[in-house]
Amino acid sequence: MEYLILQTLNGIQLGLLMFLLAAGLTLTFGIMDLVNLAHGSLYMVGAYFAWTFIAWTDSFVLGALLALPAALALGVAVEMVVMRRLYARDHLDQVLATFGLILFFNELVRVVWGPAGKSVALPSFVAGTIDIMPGVPYPAYRFAIIVVGAVVALLLAWLVTRTRMGMLIRAGASNRRMVGALGVDIGLLFTLVFGLGAVFAALAGLMAAPILSIKIGMGDDILILAFVIIVIGGIGSVKGAFVAAMIVGQIDIFGRAYVPDLLKTFLSAAAASSAAPAISQVLIYVVMAAVLVWRPTGLFGQRS
Amino acid sequence: MRKILASLGTPRGLVVAVLLLAMALLPVIAQVLDQRYLLSVSTRIVIWSIAAAGLNIMLGYGGMVSFGHAVFWGIGGYAVGIFAHHGVHDGWLQWPVGIAAAMAWATLIGALSLRTRGVYFIMITLAFAQLVYYVAVGLEPYGADDGLNIAGRSQFSGLIDLRDRGQFYWLCFALMLATIWFCARLANSRFGLVVRGAKSNETRMAALGFPVFRYRLVAFAISGGFGGLSGLLLANHDAYISPAMMSWVKSGDLIVIVVLGGMGTVFGPLFGTIAFFVLEESLKPLMDMASKGTGEYWQIVFGPLLVLVALYARGGLDSLLGRGRARSRHRG
Amino acid sequence: MAEALLRTHRLVKRFGGLIATDGVSIDVRDGELHALIGPNGAGKTTLIAQLSGQQRPDSGRVEFDGRDITALDMPARARRGLTRSFQITSVLPEFTALQNVALAVQAHAGHSFRFLANARRDRRLREPAFAGLELVGLGNRAQILASSLSHGERRQLEIAMALAGEPRLLLLDEPMAGMGPDESARMVDLLRSLKGQRGMLLVEHDMDAVFALADRISVLVYGRVIATGTAAEIRADPEVRQAYLGDDSGT
Ligand SMILES: Nc1ncnc2c1ncn2[C@@H]1O[C@H](COP(=O)(O)OP(=O)(O)OP(=O)(O)O)[C@@H](O)[C@H]1O
Ligand SMILES: [Mg+2]
Repeated sequence: MEYLILQTLNGIQLGLLMFLLAAGLTLTFGIMDLVNLAHGSLYMVGAYFAWTFIAWTDSFVLGALLALPAALALGVAVEMVVMRRLYARDHLDQVLATFGLILFFNELVRVVWGPAGKSVALPSFVAGTIDIMPGVPYPAYRFAIIVVGAVVALLLAWLVTRTRMGMLIRAGASNRRMVGALGVDIGLLFTLVFGLGAVFAALAGLMAAPILSIKIGMGDDILILAFVIIVIGGIGSVKGAFVAAMIVGQIDIFGRAYVPDLLKTFLSAAAASSAAPAISQVLIYVVMAAVLVWRPTGLFGQRS
Repeated sequence: MRKILASLGTPRGLVVAVLLLAMALLPVIAQVLDQRYLLSVSTRIVIWSIAAAGLNIMLGYGGMVSFGHAVFWGIGGYAVGIFAHHGVHDGWLQWPVGIAAAMAWATLIGALSLRTRGVYFIMITLAFAQLVYYVAVGLEPYGADDGLNIAGRSQFSGLIDLRDRGQFYWLCFALMLATIWFCARLANSRFGLVVRGAKSNETRMAALGFPVFRYRLVAFAISGGFGGLSGLLLANHDAYISPAMMSWVKSGDLIVIVVLGGMGTVFGPLFGTIAFFVLEESLKPLMDMASKGTGEYWQIVFGPLLVLVALYARGGLDSLLGRGRARSRHRG
Repeated sequence: MAEALLRTHRLVKRFGGLIATDGVSIDVRDGELHALIGPNGAGKTTLIAQLSGQQRPDSGRVEFDGRDITALDMPARARRGLTRSFQITSVLPEFTALQNVALAVQAHAGHSFRFLANARRDRRLREPAFAGLELVGLGNRAQILASSLSHGERRQLEIAMALAGEPRLLLLDEPMAGMGPDESARMVDLLRSLKGQRGMLLVEHDMDAVFALADRISVLVYGRVIATGTAAEIRADPEVRQAYLGDDSGT
């Protein structure tokens, strides 16, 4: 029972991280109709920014607080130099250009930070465990991720459903031309949304840093998972991204936690534990395929 | 024959003729220059261009952005590797199975992904490729993450010795020519015109009475078959397979190649593959010349180059040779 | 009178709260030119879309040649001889006029799983395609890309493509829309020449053309057929005069 609760929490924690990454992606997809493969690069660079600023300030919190505006600046710069030229292009152009950006950023990081991975120490105030229930300890840092992730998700929900910018975002997702006709500076709106997505991606990257390690290409594989999430959720839907991220988080964790035991019934223990992560990944794609067979535009996507 | 001679008069015809001649003689050239590396790179170019030609059917003629084409490399490669691992080296068995498996997988994922459009299609083809990738990662008996060394090359009843680098190159070259020939015929066949018409206006094609889905599915299967062929050649060339051969970055590379060469053109995939390898091999020394030690970071130049290609050079290399046959035929 | 070639039974199509097709039952006889008129937004295009299989009705049935085809998709219906033209021109812009029509011929000629033979030089496709272009007056524009044709020419190409499949029933959605007077006149002649050879359901706003051509006319208002009959009957129908012509004085 305790094990189940802990694994569920781990799934939520992973899901929230994935949601942060997917939120920016689904917004840029939905509003700007932009396939941005380089979103994972923003996640990676965000983590590297955090590493630098943490080393510099000697404080996790300060470092993180400096990394976020840096990521915003980077996002805005990328939007102004490359992305805005891509909005009107077809998806293939976008795939090609942002694929080029991935290569560029991976190499840039190698030049600036070197080829070796980096690690960030757990901040001391969350290094221990806390009791989530009497007698059930849980790593405090992971719990902190859940709290921050949940707060940001709520903030985003508030932003999208309650504010003027959110209204424009929702209107823009369904009717770009109309928003332009309302006299809104659509260019500025797009830059802001893209920058916001960059901040979320960087936040995910820096929060993941103490658990995973910081390395070149760290954004590439997780990017695909983020894509899977927004495809399951329905492109452009923040709610869909949230639901799908939670589903994917749970599948991943439970796949890793329980599949090895299942496999052990017919495989050697070593083979079972090495195949399990792969199988939990496979499970995620199977779920995606199933959802799409059932609903080709995702759980919360607009019907065409 | 007269047609071929006449085409020599056009820039495209001349370039292609010189290029193919040089490629046909490459093992000899490499031997004279004593450049084993040159032969190895050329073999890779020839093998990759088969996969690129296959992708071109989907991407160039069909307008479907399949972002998981490296998966067929994996399927073809693993067919050879797994057979070899169990001591079966007979190419008459390995190769048909590899190609059939690639076509079968293409049909399966095509049946699911062709129901979707646009971004969904891109993402789904990508995701299915990832699925196979992770299956390979989990295949403990076949090396999982680390892959598998292949003890012996495919054998064809002693007709050809694939361990001989020259012979292997010529085989690959012949298969590449056959692939290009087939794709050129396909593009102007009844089938090809349906696929191209569906790219141009899907609703109209349906209204004319074409069940577009079926034609696209078959195009996907053919496209995947060439990917499988390329993959089993690759496994024979490297004598090694691993999940890395179907990582999504490889799928991205293939798209880059097709666009770089010129989508929906006969020789574009070949041009694109050559350009891709030449860029890689030349950017390194060029950058090293500019400033020592920077060559290692060639992708810092290559990445932005792709951005520029996407923004300003969508016609690809083929369009530099003028609006030649590939296009004017379109008016026929 | 000939048997009905096409018959619908209480077709209903809703878009959210809007009922675009409200229980429409009409029929088109073999060889007949049946005109469908009605104000903008009456649901004419939506009805055509359901007949051609592009859209599924929410309820009701479509019968063609005595068989229920409600469940068939657009290509399947086209292959049975039920083809349409589009109100908003829909051709293959990157193909020449000739190739556009040749593809239509090809669609009619059976399946296209032929992978090697060159279809562009295939006389079995080229010759009928060329004849089709001649028929609509585009014979001298065969080698021009569809994207380079004028608007009126593309309308003509649209018709040539619909005809090339030798349909038994042709659904024409405002074929004259946006044409100049000369082109319109030629289209009227063409349609007149086709009368008797195949059934046609013609959606058209040009009343002169409709009254000149139609064997029967149905009037669609707010998704309902309010009258069906010959030109004279429709002219005399008080409900039509009131609802459609906006005429309540009785003159
Ligand atoms: N896909 C759709 N979604 C929502 N509403 C639709 C859709 N298609 C049509 N409508 C609505 O259904 C009604 C009928 O439209 P339709 O295009 O069939 O009219 P029409 O008679 O062809 O008009 P026109 O003479 O202008 O071509 C209109 O109110 C239209 O706005
Ligand atoms: Mg209409």
